[in-house]
This record gives sequence, C-alpha cells and structure tokens, in this order.
Amino acid sequence: MYRHIIKSKVYKFADLKDLLAKASPCRSGDELAGVCAATYEERVAAQITLADVPLKTFLNEVVIPYENDEVTRLIIDTHNVNAFGQISHLTVGDFCDWLLSDHTTTETLQNIAAGITPEMAAAVSKLMRNQDLIAVAKKCEVVTRFRNTIGLRGHFSTRLQPNHPTDEPKGVAASIIDGLLYGSGDAVIGINPATDSPAAVANLLRLIDNLRQQFDIPTQSCVLSHITTTLQLINEGAPVDLCFQSIAGTGRTNASFGIDLALLDEAYDATLSLNRGTVGNNVMYFETGQGSSLSANASFGVDQQTCEARAYAVARRYNPLLVNTVVGFIGPEYLYDGKQIIRAALEDHFCGKLLGLPMGVDVCYTNHAEADQDDMDNLLTLLGVAGCNFVMGIPGSDDIMLNYQSTSFHDALYLRKVLGLRPAPEFELWLMKQGIIDDKGNLLSVNPAHGLLAGGIT
Amino acid sequence: MKKVIKPADPLIALQEYTAARIAIGRAGTSIPLKQSLEFKLAHAHARDAVYSALAVEALTVRLKQFELPVLHLHSMAGYREQYLQRPDLGRKLSQESVTELAHGATPADIAVIIADGLSAIAINTNVIELLELLIPMLRFAGFTLADIVLVEQGRVAIGDEIASALRARLSLVLIGERPGLSSADSVGAYLTYNPKPGLTDELRNCVSNIRPQGLTYKQASKKIFYLVQEAFRRKLSGVALKDNAGSLHE
Repeated sequence: MYRHIIKSKVYKFADLKDLLAKASPCRSGDELAGVCAATYEERVAAQITLADVPLKTFLNEVVIPYENDEVTRLIIDTHNVNAFGQISHLTVGDFCDWLLSDHTTTETLQNIAAGITPEMAAAVSKLMRNQDLIAVAKKCEVVTRFRNTIGLRGHFSTRLQPNHPTDEPKGVAASIIDGLLYGSGDAVIGINPATDSPAAVANLLRLIDNLRQQFDIPTQSCVLSHITTTLQLINEGAPVDLCFQSIAGTGRTNASFGIDLALLDEAYDATLSLNRGTVGNNVMYFETGQGSSLSANASFGVDQQTCEARAYAVARRYNPLLVNTVVGFIGPEYLYDGKQIIRAALEDHFCGKLLGLPMGVDVCYTNHAEADQDDMDNLLTLLGVAGCNFVMGIPGSDDIMLNYQSTSFHDALYLRKVLGLRPAPEFELWLMKQGIIDDKGNLLSVNPAHGLLAGGIT
Repeated sequence: MKKVIKPADPLIALQEYTAARIAIGRAGTSIPLKQSLEFKLAHAHARDAVYSALAVEALTVRLKQFELPVLHLHSMAGYREQYLQRPDLGRKLSQESVTELAHGATPADIAVIIADGLSAIAINTNVIELLELLIPMLRFAGFTLADIVLVEQGRVAIGDEIASALRARLSLVLIGERPGLSSADSVGAYLTYNPKPGLTDELRNCVSNIRPQGLTYKQASKKIFYLVQEAFRRKLSGVALKDNAGSLHE
C-alpha cells in the first residue's frame, strides 16, 4: 500500500502496479482499461508518491506474479546486480535527477543498462517531461551491425517499407527502387507481406536479395512474416537476413501472437547460424507498441506503457539489430490523438534506449485518430533530436497495404537536412558511388540511365 | 509569366507497377505542394467519413421496398469521440434499445443489421444497392429475414446482441469500414452463425471493401450469399468456414 496526502485528502494506491498506472500520463488505453487516475490531482499525487519509491522495491515487488508470467521471470532472473550497484541506493525521483545530471554520460548509461528493469525505466519515464525523455535518450548510444552500422551518433537510418496490397513483385520492386533513389533503406528493406504463406514470403525474400546482390547494396532485408514461417524458410534455405517478430510485455500476450521465449530462442539460434552479416551479427528485428497487451486481454491490469517497457526485456535477450515501436498504428482507443501518440513515442524511445536497445519508431497514425501530418512532423523532429536510430520510409507516407500513414522518404531527407544527420556510413558511401547523393549528402537529380531504373525491375 | 518546362521525372515509369505514391518529385527534398495537397484532400475525406452520420430517415424510406419492419437502435456510445475511445460501449446496446428489442420476436434465419461503424458515408452510399441484389437472392433460396436494424455508433459485435434478441440464426452486419486514404466509403459485411453476446472475431466471416471501385455490389452479394449458404449447411461460421471456401477469391 502506498499513500500520499494533499490538502487533507488521502490518496491510496493498492500496490506498485496501481501506483504506476495512476502515475502514467493520460491516455485513452488506460482509461479503457479502467486503471488510470480519476483526476488530475490523483495523477500528480501518484507521481509524487512514485518519486519516493526506492529502485530496490522493483526487485521485490513485481507487477505480474513471477509464477504466472515468463516475462516477469525473464526480468528477475536476468537482472544484473553488479550493473545495478551504481544506482541501487536511489529512489525513482533521485534516478530521474541522476539521469539528467551532466555527470551521467553515455558510458555511464551503457554500464548500468543491464541493471535497469523495464518497470524502473517505465516508472522514471512517468515522472519526466517530454524534454527530459529527449535529453536522456540523446545521451544513450546503441550501435548495432549486420551489413552496415546503425545508431552511431549523428547518423539516422530508415527502414524502406515497400508494401503492396497483393505482394505483386514488380510493385514491391518499384517502391524499393523509388526509395533507394531517395536514399532510403539503410536500416533494412522490410516488407509486410499481405499473406503469410511461406512460398509468397520466400519469393519476396529472393526479390530483395537479388536486388541487393545485383547492386551490391550494404543493407539487409526482411519479410515480416510470423516467426514460425521464417523458421521454416530458414530450414528450406531461403535468403533470410533478419528474423522478425512482434513481441509484447506479458507471456499471455506473446502466447496470443503464437510465440514464447523458447520459440524465440530457437529462431534466434537458427538465424545466427546462417552467418549472413558482414560487419556484425545482430539478426533480430522486433516490433512492439503500447496497447497490444490490453488488446489481447492479457495486460493483468498493468498500464500500457509499463507493459510496453516489459516487451523490451524480451527484445534485449536477443541482441536485436532493430526494435521498432509502431506507436500510432493501434488506434485511438489506446492513443487518442497527436499529443498522446507523441508522448508515447518519446516514452518508448527513451525506455528502449535506457535498457540498451536500438530503438526506432514508426511515426504513424490511422484515419480514425485525432492526428495528422503536422503531428507526425512534430514527432519526427523530436525523435531526430532525441537520437532515434531509425524511422520508416514509405512512398508519400501512404502505406497502401496496411492502410495507415507513416513517414515518407522525403520526411527522412528533411530530418537529415535540418539536423545534419547522415545515413549509416557504409550505406552513405554506396549512395555516393551510385550517384544518388553528393559528398555533402545532398540528393542529386536522378540519372535517367541509372542502373536501378534500367535493370531493377525484371 | 513564362512557363518553365521541367524535364520529366525519370522515376515516372515506375508508377506503372504500383498504386503507391512513388515518383512524386521533390521541392528541395520535401514533397511538392501539389502532392501534399492531394494527400491532405484524401485525408480530409477519410476524416469526414469518420465523423459522418447515418442518414437514418433516408435509409428507412429506401429500406421500405423490402417490406420488413425497420428498427432504429443505438449503442451505449453516446457520441463519436466516446465511440472512438471506448470500443466496448460500441459493442453494447443502450438501455433504451435493449427495451425496444425486448418484445418477443418471431424466429428468423437471418438478421440484417446496418451499422455506421467508422464510415457512415459508406453505408449511406452503398448499402441499399447491395441489399437490392442480396435480399432477393436470400429470399429466393428460402431464407427468412428478421426485422432490419439500423444501429448508430455501432461496432461489429453489437450484431450478436441484436440478432440474438431477434432470435435469428445468423447475423449479417453491414458496417462502414475504417476509411483509408484511397477509399473512405468501404462497407464490410460480417457473418456470424448462431450469434450471441460474447463471441469473438474468429467466429465471423468478413467480406471487405464493398464499394463500386472495390468489390462491386454484384461480386459482394454473390460472396455473401455463398458464405450464408455454407454457414447454414455446416452450421458454423468463422475460420473453419473460410478455410473451405474455395470459391471465395474467384
């Protein structure tokens, strides 16, 4: 039981789970779940109370019982006590000030990452303003490698997302070529397939792999099929670079996705064994998003942002190349408007980075959310300042397969221009060699005789 | 002012292969204004569709041709903003509507339930034409129909409660789908055999994207009719039915 008194009104919070939920900034998903604060005052009372909770408490009081949930077991069993040592004396509130302190550097944060549990990260994020989330995330640097180097300070990458409603190979190829000529695709060329049939997925994998080899592109490919499909394709010898899976922060949600840690272990080992990376061997690509556990009726009364942070415990077990929070895809019943989407994205990016993950964000919205391109411009710019590793690159922001709006090839170029950011170094060199950008990173006019136009679609 | 002739964008040829917004050019590195305004217009259509209202009176007049009573119901979601944030309320009938349905209904095979969903415009513009093809097919095959229901601020699952109260063996919910940038007026049809409150989506079959530029009324009515027949023949709906629906994609 936690309590706080404001002007003779006594606020009581049943347990840590309740306190975290009531301290969470307002969002529709927590209202839908009935776990959020009832008044503005109660929310701040919860935040004041949470600030006084020692970080050590999070190791003794779990939000979902250890016996019931394999994600809780993962969090507790893999907690690094040595890394925790440096912050073990702090309360959540002290931790907030400590994170912001000028003495806390990139290196300090890297050293303690394994000592921070997702719930600690979620808790401190709830006390932070947007600018705090940005300032601390910017201090984190998480670098990963496969055929290029992603996440270096001053660099900013994109997943080229060339989706097509029927997986038509030439349609997919056309979007890939368009994207490459706009400098997109250094994080991954990643397709959401319209069907999960192994044969169709294998066709798409071969399509990207052939193109990559033909033009010697230093990037990686991925078709975002279910992990069981990917496993089957690995066994059949398909050219799998990265293994994709959607993951969440409770075992029951993961079960609703048809996965558990054992299956993820198996797929991770299988993908590693292919040894296809050239400069590194980060082989996993995960997607997450606030609200998925409530949507699967598997949130155990835990607020959606804490559930999301718990998904990062799953992700970091597998040294992923990319973790993407698909923040605005889930719809207004979880994140109602631009304000909530922006806040959630900054929280996810901060929590992921703090826990040591290579975070990217799908800066996106659906047509029934109270959001538009201006909100996405704001969020994209904030994420650029915060040092986000990557965003999506979609022709004209319009995903004609998934029917939602994300960031365009142009959006990434805008961000690189206004913030002086550059693509992954290996990919940047390739863009120069291909005559797509000049040595200052400026986009050049497309040569009508460019090989990608002449020979890219076959 | 002298018109400047710009050289053609060499990427244009790629547009042949996909409806994606490729080869849209650039102003600096940004999206040119013309393209930006086109996008805004498409988004405006989608937004207007989300906030459009069911044309209850006009629809009621046109539904008279089917010579069935037409009921007007409302979900527990009082208004659109609440509907968007509380899907649970859109799945339940308001207390008044529950009372209205409480009078004893005669059992029927099929309850046709028309809901605004996320695009009332889709219903207002497409549902009568679809039913003009579908209802005669159903009747000719010997199916009996319950009262037609118009429900405001409704989600798919509200059909379970309604059809169950109407003592129908199958519910056919026609609902406005979430608008996309290229289509703000798509109707979705959801079939549920043996409907009762509390069912989940894997027990339904869906026929999606019904509109003149998508799945035409003729194609849609044939598909729905096929699924209705199969549902009654096999006494089920949902994933198990879909797996065997070989002609579904023809």
